[in-house]
Amino acid sequence: MIIGLAHYLAVAAILFTIGVFGIFVNRKNIIVILMSIELILLAVNINFVAFSAYLHNVIGQIFAMFILTVAAAEAAVGLAILVTFFRNRGDIAVDDASVMKG
Amino acid sequence: MALQAIAFYLLAAVTIAAGFGVVSARNPVHSVLFLILAFFSAAGLFVLMGAEFLAMLLVVVYVGAVAVLFLFVVMMLDVDFTALRQGFARSMPLGAAVAGILAFEMVAVSAVVANRGAAGDSQGPLAATPDAPNAEAIGRVLYTDYVYFFQAAGLVLLVAMIGAIVLTLRHKPGVKRQVIADQVARTPETGMRVVSVKPGEGIQE
Repeated sequence: MIIGLAHYLAVAAILFTIGVFGIFVNRKNIIVILMSIELILLAVNINFVAFSAYLHNVIGQIFAMFILTVAAAEAAVGLAILVTFFRNRGDIAVDDASVMKG
Repeated sequence: MALQAIAFYLLAAVTIAAGFGVVSARNPVHSVLFLILAFFSAAGLFVLMGAEFLAMLLVVVYVGAVAVLFLFVVMMLDVDFTALRQGFARSMPLGAAVAGILAFEMVAVSAVVANRGAAGDSQGPLAATPDAPNAEAIGRVLYTDYVYFFQAAGLVLLVAMIGAIVLTLRHKPGVKRQVIADQVARTPETGMRVVSVKPGEGIQE
């Protein structure tokens, strides 16, 4: 049983789908939405690394590293915004996020 | 080869199950713990593909920093999470339908791509040799061809750090703080005064 590129791509596809599904079903809970975005980015990273490994080209891993950087920055800023939002409103329901002005 | 297949199926199953746990757990703390498990097993998959450096990076950056940051925020916010789960069952059918179609399409396309693309006739994943370890191979490319991108990534992290600090820092009114400039600027004239106290009355301030 040889594990080929298709196996890794399938895992990444399923993980990406779970992330999208999480955004759908947890529309009110912004923390879980942020975690779903992390899952989606992880799936993208698995794709990059799989192609990098099977094409024998290391540049895919470099790109995956940049994705990791951007994902970490996104998580930090997103959570900081969340904390500020919670301080201002005492709640994190994203349904009311449209009232956040100025 | 059989051992590799067993490891792959085990890690893939744990990754997907943990991913599903992230989106379906009732308690967000459990979601974060599932997220840590997902990243950890994905790091195992990276090791299987020969990307050891990236696997360790995933463990250090995600499990060590990002997931703990999530954990801090989830535990710090005092939110009624059961109220936030309203509508879970209502958006479940639509979400499941979209997710199922998306998964089918992507798996089908990736099966075709893997068999016909340039990677199709590959003999297997790029294995690190003692002459060219994975970290060295990445470093040789990252610090030459991609050095400007590397610097830009550092800038992104710096901006994110400053942004997060600016967003969350606040000065509460009414908190006593040390102002060193005022302390240093104090002289005997400003810091001291002579009051003549009448006997039996004390000082009223």
